[in-house]
Amino acid sequence: MNWTRKHLLGLEGIERDEIITILDTASKFREILDRPVKKVPTLRGITIVNLFFESSTRTRMSFELAEKRLSADVLNFSASTSSLKKGETLRDTARNIEAMKVDMVVMRHPSPGAPHFLADHIDGSIINAGDGPHEHPTQALLDLYTMREYVGNLQGKRVTIVGDILHSRVARSDIWGLKALGADVTVCGPSTFIPSEVERLGVTVTHDIRDATVNADIVNVLRIQKERQSGGFLPSLREYSTLFGINAARVKEMKPDVLIMHPGPINRGVEIACDVADGDHSVILEQVTNGVAVRMAMLYLLSMVQASKRVEESDIIAEVSA
Amino acid sequence: MRKTLLRGMRLIDPATATDERIDLLIADGVIATRGAGIEADQETRIIEFSGAVVAPGLVDMHVHLREPGREDEETIESGTRAAVHGGITTLAAMPNTEPTIDTPSWVEYIRSRGKLAAVHPIAAITVGREGKALAPLAELARAGAVAFSDDGCSVADANVMRKALQYASMIERTIIAHCEDQALVGAGAVNEGLASTRSGLSPIPAAAEETIVARDILLAGSVGARLHIAHVSTRGSVELVRRAKADGVAVTSETCPHYFCLTDDDVRSYNTSTRVNPPLRSADDVEAIREGLRDGTIDAVASDHAPHSLEEKQVEFDAAPPGMIGMETLLPLTITHMVDTGILSLGKAIALMTVGPARALGITAGTLETGAAADVVIFDPKSTVEVTSDWFRSLSKNSPFIGSTLSGRVLMTIHDGQVVFEEDLGTAEGSGEDHGKRAAESNELVVGV
Repeated sequence: MNWTRKHLLGLEGIERDEIITILDTASKFREILDRPVKKVPTLRGITIVNLFFESSTRTRMSFELAEKRLSADVLNFSASTSSLKKGETLRDTARNIEAMKVDMVVMRHPSPGAPHFLADHIDGSIINAGDGPHEHPTQALLDLYTMREYVGNLQGKRVTIVGDILHSRVARSDIWGLKALGADVTVCGPSTFIPSEVERLGVTVTHDIRDATVNADIVNVLRIQKERQSGGFLPSLREYSTLFGINAARVKEMKPDVLIMHPGPINRGVEIACDVADGDHSVILEQVTNGVAVRMAMLYLLSMVQASKRVEESDIIAEVSA
Repeated sequence: MRKTLLRGMRLIDPATATDERIDLLIADGVIATRGAGIEADQETRIIEFSGAVVAPGLVDMHVHLREPGREDEETIESGTRAAVHGGITTLAAMPNTEPTIDTPSWVEYIRSRGKLAAVHPIAAITVGREGKALAPLAELARAGAVAFSDDGCSVADANVMRKALQYASMIERTIIAHCEDQALVGAGAVNEGLASTRSGLSPIPAAAEETIVARDILLAGSVGARLHIAHVSTRGSVELVRRAKADGVAVTSETCPHYFCLTDDDVRSYNTSTRVNPPLRSADDVEAIREGLRDGTIDAVASDHAPHSLEEKQVEFDAAPPGMIGMETLLPLTITHMVDTGILSLGKAIALMTVGPARALGITAGTLETGAAADVVIFDPKSTVEVTSDWFRSLSKNSPFIGSTLSGRVLMTIHDGQVVFEEDLGTAEGSGEDHGKRAAESNELVVGV
């Protein structure tokens, strides 16, 4: 096994071997999800807090399900009871969590770097469940898992990410993960959605949806937030849909075995048409199932790092008392 | 009559084109004599440090003292204590306090409170720094305002800015422009480029600064006013100022140490001390800033000393207020990153922190000519300082340089002939280790937040 990190804060800088370890571990957990009894005792006695400073339904549910399938004790802390509203600083939130002797924290926060801040202040392991537009590593891992399931080794495979790259934590994490596995990555979207100097991450940029998708093995379609229109990034959602929306006519021009993915939730008729989202090429619901397995794998791997640390500590205590 | 003789040290005074080993006699708070082999009588205190440089007390033309309003972060007293620890004997205080310095009585208050160092108030351009109605510029000048600035933001309305420039030129005062187009800055937190793309933090394009630099140069040129561009941070701004100077516009400019020794890559730690306005820029911008300092496009190095409490800075990066403290690291950072690297001579570096800003402000300071106020810094350019949070005299500790070792240690600061700071060299040897250990601990608390 090749996993020694205490936290999963992002995929920037991650090694190929580490990703393989996660995906291989996830495939073992994926089998469990098809059993009649889907629960294992792996994390019994481990306490996990889902700390969500931003509303999220599916990511939080996916983590919670993963935690419960592993028999962990689960606490949920969400934005409606958020400390921000009480004027508590993130540092105090961190100290309170620390005082409750929690083993792991799954954190969603609108500010990039917030999980890194937490990691500096508490003892437990942190999983970044999305920090603003920065990273969303478990989403990228489930994307990689799903891609690998369908196309095998990703080395040299052509992956296109379409949409609002600028505001997308999924795009950033996907890019780091895909580059680590040797894929050729293209990003496509209107110029106002392309982050400055993104080419330096090793990706190709195009504004032509046909160029971007016609030879792609995988097309990952990002959600377009409706507020981007009022933010001046887009003239209209309709225009976006005309230029970049993935519809059946466009899919016809793509490779016959192209894989269409979407991190959800879908804006049907904006970035993706109904017939594509529900069509033969779509693996969108498979992604959701795999997400639970990947998160189980991640929680398991981080708990193993913590356990080995505890063993070391108890060795020290044993030595001292002897 | 109390006299002090600074004996046998290298004296650098760019204002009088001096760089030689001569003595300097201070009497009655002024520079009495300069020359070789000055005799000392019984009454005279003799000061000599081997390897040290004697230079005019530094002039920091961009400082936030936080008094009135945020005395928990800095006061005029603590700020001047920090100043003299950094070798600064003259500073210009920005008016973005609570309340804004936009009345003559507040100007007098600020001016009268500087004891350890000379404090020159900069008054607001517009009432309440709201960018609408002109503050009473002539009355403020009469009360002692050295210049005008709405620092912290630009005067967004070009017509208001033009009128301010016209009016200020009548009373022969400089307008100091903070150049950032608020619409382009938006919710931005870091420089647009690889840094924003990697960190996910909202981008601020270089054009947010450059469009206002260009606008204000055009406005100042058209009405014949004196304009000073604060904290120049981009290649484009350097080029605009260079061209304006060539065209004969009465424009001066400053930059800050963080714009020539840090890049936007440093924000990737999410250390909130690296959040500053304008934001840390790219390596290419840093290159242009260094060139601008070398060729005289940039007239001054100023600290933009911006104290913030730990509570305000120990938050999410994009929720932290911009700014870092800088008076105490002004000289060491400039020596370490500009002189030791061979980009600037020591004399040129000192000019950028003495006569350069003094001329930009139109004040008499930053020189050791005979008859001038005896404002002096004595420093050892080779001796190093370990920057720890305990080392700072400022009430705030928001510095991204905590943990670094810098060349250029201030040994003594003299203001109006009085020793206002003296490095404790006697006990430094014995207690050094203990001090270092304590510092390392407190260091951890501050860095990485």
